[in-house]
Amino acid sequence: MFLKFLPLAGLLALAGCGTSTPANDTGIADVHMDSEEATSATLPYLGAEGKKPVPDFSLPDQDGKMVSTKTLAGKVYITNFFFATCPGICPKMQSEVLKVYKQYGQDPNVAFLSFTIDPEHDTQPVLADYARRLGVAAPNSTWRFLRTPDRPTAYKLASNYLAAAQTDLKAPGGIAHSGALALVDDQGYLRGTYDGLNPEQVALLLRQLPVLLNEVNSRKATAAR
Amino acid sequence: MRYPSAPALALLALLALPSCFTGKKNQGERLYVQHCSGCHGEQGEGLGQLIPPLAGSDYLAQHPSQLACIVRYGLKGPIVVNGVAYNQLMLGVQDTTTHQHLSPAQVTNLLNFIEGHWGNHPGPAGVRTIAGTEAELRACTDR
Repeated sequence: MFLKFLPLAGLLALAGCGTSTPANDTGIADVHMDSEEATSATLPYLGAEGKKPVPDFSLPDQDGKMVSTKTLAGKVYITNFFFATCPGICPKMQSEVLKVYKQYGQDPNVAFLSFTIDPEHDTQPVLADYARRLGVAAPNSTWRFLRTPDRPTAYKLASNYLAAAQTDLKAPGGIAHSGALALVDDQGYLRGTYDGLNPEQVALLLRQLPVLLNEVNSRKATAAR
Repeated sequence: MRYPSAPALALLALLALPSCFTGKKNQGERLYVQHCSGCHGEQGEGLGQLIPPLAGSDYLAQHPSQLACIVRYGLKGPIVVNGVAYNQLMLGVQDTTTHQHLSPAQVTNLLNFIEGHWGNHPGPAGVRTIAGTEAELRACTDR
């Protein structure tokens, strides 16, 4: 259903070029506004079908290790969708995520996931090289680059994380996709979505991430009692 | 294709003139922010070993006559900048999502901005002129 937001990919990409796209053009502005208010309290639970965790997945990362909803349980994680040869929005999006990684990359309770939507090209060595070039390839780095089995699976996965992606031969690199980032909590619930091309949105993510981490910590403290 | 005649060039120069008298000051910087900074960074710093820097770039200094073509048509294949190898497709400005066609005057202002900042220097021909940019663009090889 999120494919209907595809024209959005262009708009989002435009935003990355320095022009500001009004938030209400994204179609998810209400979510953002709710989230904004939530910085002082708790973040909302997102998703059209009510409070429901994201569907399970299990995919190999750039080092060939499996990453799954099981291995992520108990961690907060941030997702985005990209491909290594993407000449359009990806560099901008990854440089924005890099800002978050620089602050939270050492936190064992936070993981960063970049799913490739071009698995034919983006094999494990390509993903490993991409991580190295981005400067996040340290052993046990918390930024994992995941290889989806094929494009349709990748597109479906993207919609699970409120990002849009589909083949579009007219788009730069042959795939149209949005720069949406999703924030997922320790129990697998979607708690935030942000335009990864908009520095203000990424700043909002940086304000909301500690709010969510506090919630997770108090949940763990309660469970330990 | 025929070269534009002298009157046509004069006309182009005239058309470019208003940009000197309207709010087009710092056009090069604004074009940079709009079309380039997303990948090359606000200060031309690049992105890791994915996107080469423009700041203090030996590639810019060594290829001054190709820069207008790169802005318009992009760049493909491996290059080395300041000793680091890069191999990421760069789109020409008109092929990005903005689809904006930059005029020779705009390309001139953009390159003068880039070559005048971050430790870069104008090429041997000095500050770029619209006529110089037009000559460079005519010489672009097929990409």
